[in-house]
Amino acid sequence: MQIKYHHIILLLLAVAAGACKKDNYDPPTAQLTGRIVYNGEPINVEYNQVSYQLYQFGFGKVGPIEGTFNQEGVYSQVLFNGEYKFIIPNGQGPFRWKQTAAGAPDSVTINMQGNQTLDMEVTPYYMIRSPQLTAANDQVTATCSIEQIITDAAARDLESVSLYVNKTQFVSGANNIAVATLNAADIADPGNVTLQVDVPAITPAQDYVYARIGLKIAGVEDRIFSPLVRLDL
Amino acid sequence: MQQMKRYFPHILSALLLGATGCKKDSEFLNVKPTSILTPEQAFASPAQALSVLADLYNRQLDFSSLDGGWVTFADFSESFPSENGQAGIVQRNSWDFGAWGTWDYGYIRHLNLFIERATAAPALSDSDKKRFLAEARFLRANYYFEMAKRMGGVPLILESLEYDFSGDPTYLQYPRAKESEIYDFVISEAEAIKNDLPADPAEKSRATRAAALAMECRAALYAGSIAKYGANTPQVSLPGGEVGIPAAMANDYYTKALQAAQEIISGSAGVYALYNRKPDLSDNFANIFLDKNGNPESIWVEDFKLKSGKVHGFTVANQPRYGAEEEEGGRLNPSLNLVQAFEKLDNTFAPLPVADADGNPIYYDNLLDIFAGRDARLAGTVILPGSAFRGRNVDIWAGYQLADGSIVTGDDRGAQKELPGTNTPVQVVGFDGPINGKEFTAQSGFYIRKYLDPAPGAGSRGTNSEVPFIRYRYAEVLLNAAEAAFELGQPGTAAGYMNQVRARAGLVTPLDAADITFDRIVHERRVELAFEGHILFDMKRWRLAHVVWDGAQMTVSDLTSNIGKANKRSTQPYALWPYKIYDPSGTNNGKWIYKIIRPALVTGTNRFRLGNYYSFINDEIRSNNPKIVRQPNQ
Repeated sequence: MQIKYHHIILLLLAVAAGACKKDNYDPPTAQLTGRIVYNGEPINVEYNQVSYQLYQFGFGKVGPIEGTFNQEGVYSQVLFNGEYKFIIPNGQGPFRWKQTAAGAPDSVTINMQGNQTLDMEVTPYYMIRSPQLTAANDQVTATCSIEQIITDAAARDLESVSLYVNKTQFVSGANNIAVATLNAADIADPGNVTLQVDVPAITPAQDYVYARIGLKIAGVEDRIFSPLVRLDL
Repeated sequence: MQQMKRYFPHILSALLLGATGCKKDSEFLNVKPTSILTPEQAFASPAQALSVLADLYNRQLDFSSLDGGWVTFADFSESFPSENGQAGIVQRNSWDFGAWGTWDYGYIRHLNLFIERATAAPALSDSDKKRFLAEARFLRANYYFEMAKRMGGVPLILESLEYDFSGDPTYLQYPRAKESEIYDFVISEAEAIKNDLPADPAEKSRATRAAALAMECRAALYAGSIAKYGANTPQVSLPGGEVGIPAAMANDYYTKALQAAQEIISGSAGVYALYNRKPDLSDNFANIFLDKNGNPESIWVEDFKLKSGKVHGFTVANQPRYGAEEEEGGRLNPSLNLVQAFEKLDNTFAPLPVADADGNPIYYDNLLDIFAGRDARLAGTVILPGSAFRGRNVDIWAGYQLADGSIVTGDDRGAQKELPGTNTPVQVVGFDGPINGKEFTAQSGFYIRKYLDPAPGAGSRGTNSEVPFIRYRYAEVLLNAAEAAFELGQPGTAAGYMNQVRARAGLVTPLDAADITFDRIVHERRVELAFEGHILFDMKRWRLAHVVWDGAQMTVSDLTSNIGKANKRSTQPYALWPYKIYDPSGTNNGKWIYKIIRPALVTGTNRFRLGNYYSFINDEIRSNNPKIVRQPNQ
């Protein structure tokens, strides 16, 4: 059979003409960003592990827009203008999120009209105070004090404190090249904790590392971290 | 004429339309389909009803299944996936909340319909009907059990539901039952149907009395341990009991588990026994999964048959690559984590000796020497370097180590290079690897042996294998009994059951009551039931999953310490690579050393989040039925 090119061209034209405008929406443009804070102080977590959900009602079946906080506890979403409800599901994060009387996570109503920055206030179980990280002779030393924030019936015990070192900016239990851990039982004074770890040889050679301190709370799976620092060896 | 030809089809179709258009609507539309049977026809004879039932059997869900692909056996750091497309298993840092979920209410509906229609069928004799109904109820209970393992409490639907098209479906929306109610249902169904099922140990692929009891035993044991160990994770529960079982119910469940196990052990459901037909204990263990000739151990299996269409390619996917019947194989590489867990014949745990106390490598004359004196199940589960499959030795070695400690190896299977001081290229790496990133080679240093079919042709795509997948077997019943007895404070009884399983594996020094600990229970199940689809559910019900798979990286010292402990971390699969010494002037020339390494592709860690204990129920389901509550911690 002979191929009739003008048919194909006509078809393509029809598709090209029909695909424009009308049936397409503009993409969402309003950016919602913010971070998790306690009394204005940022809380650092592990990337991709602590999730949040945004709900928008009035469009049939309800399902969340889900996302996770990054290492610095920052979230960001590009949304359509409109009204949203923000929650952090139960059991997420090294902190307590406000709950309703029934025990469900309480929601924050967000009215999007253009870009918006909104920090989310939470109550952490513990805070890592005045972290000092230094490096010398291929060794990283960290000191900090641990302050218990939640002391009422919901208080939880400290499980362990770890110093994580990695060659990239992702520093956590899953991403590290060296780790030193102190169990709660071995911590004499939570006001003065010192951790030390040797940095192994890095290939390819690199004369700096990233480090931060992570705190494990008994019965809570997400760790709370100190801010990331870059250390020159 | 030309004109005529062109119009002919149009004329013909017009004529045809005219011809058929005269029929009455009722006559025209009421044509009986020839490919669909009415319920009356489907239940017109026992053979017809059985073929309906066969479809329901075929739709049972297994965690691991031989026709579900080798990947269903991988994961959890018990093995390394030696197929590059599946490297994600060892590169991800967590499991999706939806992982392992199931919500097949279409299947439940078909089971309910079968039960309703078979009950009403006039053409079936009472005895046939009784057996069919018991089988369908068994399948339904077993699927609810599978759902409970994954989802916790689910809506318990025991009749077919019809929508009345009124626009209001709320009467069809059922809330989730309590988790304990699902387990209670499974246990009570098993009790109710066991006497309607044949006590016939020769029947493997259809439900028998022993299958019902084995299901009851396992379900009761799961419920008991969720009740007991759930206390360690109070946050993994829901206020309505859809997830979590009160601790007070534990003893009752353990008692039921022990009773059901003892009913099988006593022989009242037919005589089952541990498989013991081969003099070599490792061959014997491997043969449990291969022998289809009146195997006394298997209770209920998913069976396969050559040339019937129901065959599986497990052997094709996992056979040793060197000398394989196809240009593939070797996908499941058991990890060193699992291999070193097999204990020594004196009932103690030890890492595989790669170095002496001073850290110097230990030199072995033969590749197999390092594994000597271990549990026979090791060589029955894993193809070790230096051992053979189908009469051919596997060729697993990673390269030459020279006197100065440097390595000569290649990046292709059986690669050749010149050794220093020579000018003829020789083979410097095994035809089975291990080579990092080279798929189908033994990248962990091991291949799997369990289920691997030595029959000729089993490794070729055109033939495949008919080795069955054992869902319930006698050794598990014994281990269930041992665990239940231990939890009920009868360690002596527990030791008795466990020793039977261990003696079959060559561990002939019996354990006494004082030796039975929780660690022992956990260990025994891990090695006996490796790659049988138990590890995830066992770790979940003991609430150990978030401890063992805690998302932290592993070091070699993590790996080699605390072997045999239930809470030992296992987040990354490790490998054991043999190297041959090349040192013509030295005493160790030609000997073997072993090195513990982490395969280069392993970059992620297993992180079992608290929200993974019960799989995500998706938004679609929860939007359609607002009575379904969300799983905890998600």
